[in-house]
Amino acid sequence: MTKPVHAIPDPAVFTPVSIDEQLCIGCNLCLLVCQADLFLPNPIKGGAPIVMYGGECWYEGSCVDYCPVPGAITLNGQLFNRVRWKEADDGGAGRSEP
Amino acid sequence: MERAEDPVTYPVPWPYPIEYDQTERLDADVLVIGGGDAGCFAAMSAADRGARVILLEKAATIASGASGSGSDHWESAATNPCSRVTPEELVDAMIRSHDGYNNGISHYIECREGWDRLLDVEANGGKIRDTKDEFAGAPFRDEATKLLFAYDYHNRFTLRIWGETFKRGLLRACRRRRVRIIDRTMAAGLLTEGGRIGAPVVGAVGVNGRTGKFVVVRAKATVLCTSRPTRIWLFVPGAPGISEFRPPQCTGDGHAAGWRAGVAFTMLEKAIKAEWSGSRSFPPYGTGNNHNSWYACSMVDARGREIPWYDRDGRELKTVEERYRPAPGQTLFLKGGGEPDFPIYEFQGPDTPPTDELLQRGYTLPFYADLTRMPEHERRVIWGMMIGNEGKTKIPILQRYTEAGFDPARHLLQSYGDGWKSGAFLPQERQFFGLPGGMMNDWHLMTNLEGLFAAGDILFASNCDGHACATGHYAGRHAAGYARHRGDEQVDEAQVAALRARLYAPLGNDRGVSWQELNLAIARVMQHHCGEFKTDELLTNGLEVLRDLETRDAARLVARNPHDLIRSIEVCNILTSAEIVLYSSLARKASSRELHFTRLDHPDVDPPAWRKFVTVQQTPDGVKNDATPLDYYGNLTENYERENCDYLDRRTSR
Repeated sequence: MTKPVHAIPDPAVFTPVSIDEQLCIGCNLCLLVCQADLFLPNPIKGGAPIVMYGGECWYEGSCVDYCPVPGAITLNGQLFNRVRWKEADDGGAGRSEP
Repeated sequence: MERAEDPVTYPVPWPYPIEYDQTERLDADVLVIGGGDAGCFAAMSAADRGARVILLEKAATIASGASGSGSDHWESAATNPCSRVTPEELVDAMIRSHDGYNNGISHYIECREGWDRLLDVEANGGKIRDTKDEFAGAPFRDEATKLLFAYDYHNRFTLRIWGETFKRGLLRACRRRRVRIIDRTMAAGLLTEGGRIGAPVVGAVGVNGRTGKFVVVRAKATVLCTSRPTRIWLFVPGAPGISEFRPPQCTGDGHAAGWRAGVAFTMLEKAIKAEWSGSRSFPPYGTGNNHNSWYACSMVDARGREIPWYDRDGRELKTVEERYRPAPGQTLFLKGGGEPDFPIYEFQGPDTPPTDELLQRGYTLPFYADLTRMPEHERRVIWGMMIGNEGKTKIPILQRYTEAGFDPARHLLQSYGDGWKSGAFLPQERQFFGLPGGMMNDWHLMTNLEGLFAAGDILFASNCDGHACATGHYAGRHAAGYARHRGDEQVDEAQVAALRARLYAPLGNDRGVSWQELNLAIARVMQHHCGEFKTDELLTNGLEVLRDLETRDAARLVARNPHDLIRSIEVCNILTSAEIVLYSSLARKASSRELHFTRLDHPDVDPPAWRKFVTVQQTPDGVKNDATPLDYYGNLTENYERENCDYLDRRTSR
């Protein structure tokens, strides 16, 4: 059976935060502290907030810092901002992280 | 029935009540605009002097402002018990290191009262000392007071602090003092007596970013504590939040409101070639470097060859510890590592050579920060304490890199730019950074408009957290003093109605221009007309194009909900700030090295006749230019003590 197909206007270029809907308790603290007001509360009480304005994220991570459930919300770096480091003693090939 | 784990379907109904048609009327003795560190301190000090205080904050006071999520060092606390310099010596160094283009008043306040504010922070639960003895025995630690110092370990006037702990305590302190905090409400215009430009300020209007409610606050005194504008030259469509170094909501709302009311600005012709933006450079403090939070980290080249450090005399420094000491015969150095922009010999700190010189000497790219070569306490204080408390480091850098396996005792972190930078910009990509322009102030931190005070980043030549906190407290108490003698002036209802009509206009447009498109257009205009090189004609043309955007296109802005409405109002404010920059640039008919200001039609650099603060302001008859001597503040100690007897008496008795 084919899944229903929808059109959603203008998805954000970046996904600054991910919320684990199984872990999130819907306390909305992230929504309270966010400087840029990215989130909207879930229309269903207790549901995970919606990341509505992801492009406006400043990536300072207050949402993660204030979240009472470790792992419920994750700040994602942007692909193009990945920084590289290498072992000090091998002087050779490095690796890209995070 | 819908359940919490059901996927969200779009479009989502707006979750907050819509209150566009409602107006809330409030009265205060002191209205504080902006709830960052400066605003919190302004509210606290005004309330301590008995004022009824209202604080309007566009975001949420608990974590808002440029230092809302932290700061890792506090500069120029010259009165801390370990300091070996006086406020007078330090502010003199700061003024002369910027060729006189500095705010003597606000930085003297920073030097003189910064330590008092740190004690206030500590009294409210913020951490300013190494109470857990994590760095016992380190050369940057004072064992008696447990204070930690940065940069100049001999003179000990800049402190390492746990700024991540500050804001929650400041919010509690405001609440205890019964400050009425109104979050998610952007101050969107100043009210003046009779609605006239240049008249005394009698309050402000605001717009709630969730409900759209209109707020009118009548106040006897108003303190502007908003940030410097961003996104004038730099804008990333699709990712506006990382267009600049400062948070995206720093859109110069106070600058724009002040300009429309008739406030005088200075030094806004100073915009440097950009150094930071979340899109054009790698994350601040998150790449290999040896300045600022990372001062004075060892660096190596691609082959593991260590990059040498030198003092001001070109003497190679053999030990790490020497990087934190003045040169032989030197009294003090300010920051080291290439700050300020044009250091003078007397206060020049240790540094590594610029990249091009290193390449000529055979060093190979890329370079790396090598924390493994640093003494253990220096490694831990940079990676863990500093990178962990600076505004954007705790989660995106310290936590994320650690989770991904970065170990400062094992790994070299790659560098992507010269000095403390982590990217490269084009010359026309400008930015307000390193003592930019702002509002002119007197010895009460009052602007040229009666009843309007300014603190923190909105002041000309502002910079760090210590400056914000110190000037916030100072402006708040002087505003409270002013309010005590002020009558009950009424707001002008015609002005309120006109502001309401202008601010809410985007809600009436079904189609037109998005705020992001308008912002991108402003940035394009400014890069072309007010980039690296300026001429009268370029600047005049720029003004013409901006006016066209303002009259034709800003009127077509579309807002579908209160969030969009705030973003639209912000971009109109950015447009106004861009206009102030053009007027300021037109007014200075000479080039200036310190101001990073190159006029092709006035190529003389810093001729004596132009060594002055050029001011611009709106008047009922149009834009007016004026000038003020660089030393207009007079004798700092005498003037400060004359204007602050009350504070000094209280301080002595506490």
